Amino acid sequence: MEKPIIQVKNIGKKYNINHQKGGYITLRDKLTNVFTHPFSFLKSKIKQAAGIGTKEEFWALKDINFEIMKGEVVGIVGKNGAGKSTLLKILSQITPPTTGEIKIHGTVGSLLEVGTGFHPELTGRENIFLNGAILGIKKKDIIKKFNEIVEFAGIEKFLDTPVKHYSSGMYVRLAFSVAAHMETDILIIDEVLAVGDAEFQKKCLGKMEDITKNQGRTILFVSHNMEAVRELCSKCIQLKNGMVERIGKTDEIINHYLVEKQLPELKINNRVFEGPLAQILEIQEILVNEKKNTEISPLIPLTFKIKGVSKEDIQDFQLTFSLYYENTRLFTIYDSQNTEKMKIGNFISTFSIPEHTFRPGTYTIAIGGQTTSDTRWFYGTQVYSFKIIEKFIDTNDANAIGIINVQYESNRIQ
Amino acid sequence: MSHTHTTVIKPKKIFSFSDLKELWEYRELLYFFTWRDLKVRYKQTAIGVLWAIFQPFITMIVFTIFFGGLLKISSDGVPYPIFVYTGLLFWQFFSSALSDTSNVLITNQAIITKVYFPRLLLPLSSVMTKFIDFAIASIILVGMMIYYGYTPNLLGLLIIPLLLIITFMASVGLGLFLASVNVKYRDVRYALPFFIQILMFVTPVIYPAGIAGKYSWILALNPMMGVIQSARAALLGTTVLNWTLVGISLLATSLLMLFGIYTFKKTERYFADLI
Repeated sequence: MEKPIIQVKNIGKKYNINHQKGGYITLRDKLTNVFTHPFSFLKSKIKQAAGIGTKEEFWALKDINFEIMKGEVVGIVGKNGAGKSTLLKILSQITPPTTGEIKIHGTVGSLLEVGTGFHPELTGRENIFLNGAILGIKKKDIIKKFNEIVEFAGIEKFLDTPVKHYSSGMYVRLAFSVAAHMETDILIIDEVLAVGDAEFQKKCLGKMEDITKNQGRTILFVSHNMEAVRELCSKCIQLKNGMVERIGKTDEIINHYLVEKQLPELKINNRVFEGPLAQILEIQEILVNEKKNTEISPLIPLTFKIKGVSKEDIQDFQLTFSLYYENTRLFTIYDSQNTEKMKIGNFISTFSIPEHTFRPGTYTIAIGGQTTSDTRWFYGTQVYSFKIIEKFIDTNDANAIGIINVQYESNRIQ
Repeated sequence: MSHTHTTVIKPKKIFSFSDLKELWEYRELLYFFTWRDLKVRYKQTAIGVLWAIFQPFITMIVFTIFFGGLLKISSDGVPYPIFVYTGLLFWQFFSSALSDTSNVLITNQAIITKVYFPRLLLPLSSVMTKFIDFAIASIILVGMMIYYGYTPNLLGLLIIPLLLIITFMASVGLGLFLASVNVKYRDVRYALPFFIQILMFVTPVIYPAGIAGKYSWILALNPMMGVIQSARAALLGTTVLNWTLVGISLLATSLLMLFGIYTFKKTERYFADLI
């Protein structure tokens, strides 16, 4: 059987929290501390010597074990603070582990940031060589790939301009382009697709797929962009609180992850509701496509299900559903065309919106209602929020500009 | 998989011989770091690389007017300008390399926290940069030697590389130690310029080493004294070359260098966590 290309055994990383507070320390701070609190200083010194220590230990990673085979593309997912970045830093040897051992059979290139070591005063050409050298690419390989790099970045005209005059887009393109031409057996990549415009992201993703599928290289990929992970990775490792929560097929892991990632048991805050009817109606749950989903793909139709209870019969009542984007109300729709009676007891109102309506971004839902007969009402903004994620293989996402898309027909007569 | 390259990552030892091999593998990066520093330094300046000459040259003129001319400080029988310039040349190599090395981890923080490479490359490259400045500024010395009609003896020329090695080890040794301290205590950044200034006055840059009389052995504790005195002896024939002094300096700076490397390697593992 083939040996795994990366073997991670019992990796742990400990930080002492007391060293981490507020930036760097100066000797003066230490000395003043000695003089202003001589006794507590002595006490802590004695404790330290006795090995009891007041130091607070924090294990950023603990007992990490996994193996990666050659050619696998593995995504590492987890919330902020789960230990993803620490793991990548250990794998790329920026910081050593406190415990455990990692065996890597092959050369490693890591890309924790695009444009590491770029110097603003140097020209594009010069930075390609410098950045390449920092990433561990040999000079002769850079010379060989130089044209390819420049072409991929699309900066031919500005090769001899200092990069400080570049637009941020050009800068990122050049930086990614150099990195994409690393020829190591293993690539470690952190969140780098989060930069650049949609078109370039697509190009990068294409390049990465090319790297993995056609060149058979092993990739470790960290991203918050689940679509990118889904597209690239065959296998995922989910980290939680510094430990491996799950290892498995990408789809499985991402589904687990997304469920867990949701706002903790989103309770509808009934205090946001105002108006005479706020005491009578209670909204209990909002489901998006039958789930408490907060991250939604733009490619699927959406059904919002609003569950609630009414304490009395209300004549001529319409429930309203509004959507806000950055404090702008986009639209309001109603659960019944004709005003109908809201009966006492539980109710469920559903609203369906076709796919491709929303562009990526965060939307908040407002819910309200009114009666036509006696104009009683209730209304609450920011009852629930959800995010439409970027799906950048989708042409709809790359080309349309605006907050929402509308269904339309058009023609030109000439 | 043939000839695979295996890396083992585990809690690090302070020093192993594979580190040396690794340094060699990364020599290209050393070149690029030096190249970058040289390239960037004089960008957007009008006279560019001439600054490397200007600084010691102007200092020499001012010192000659005040110390040589007005204060009439003895210069072991050679013209004061060439006497002080020889001292300044080595002194500036030492002091600028020292201060750059001490700050090198802070100035390259962004790279250190994102990419792996042997961290020793950074201090090494800053010394290389300063060495190139030294080489450029030496042109003036050669000119002055021709002007005043000094021909160094062959032995004199041979000892110069040795003196440069001593200066290199002194600045790197002390610099590595300070760089490691600097990662945690930024006091270094403020204390160092002051310290260097003081150090210049206890080093025979503007006066001859003999000035301290029978106490000159105290000055000999400073390796730069050995370097500067020997450089003058070799190039200008001020005194007889004191091989014992050179030997002591060599030994002292070797120890200093080992000490510097030791502290650097010891704290190296935590640089990325502390910075």
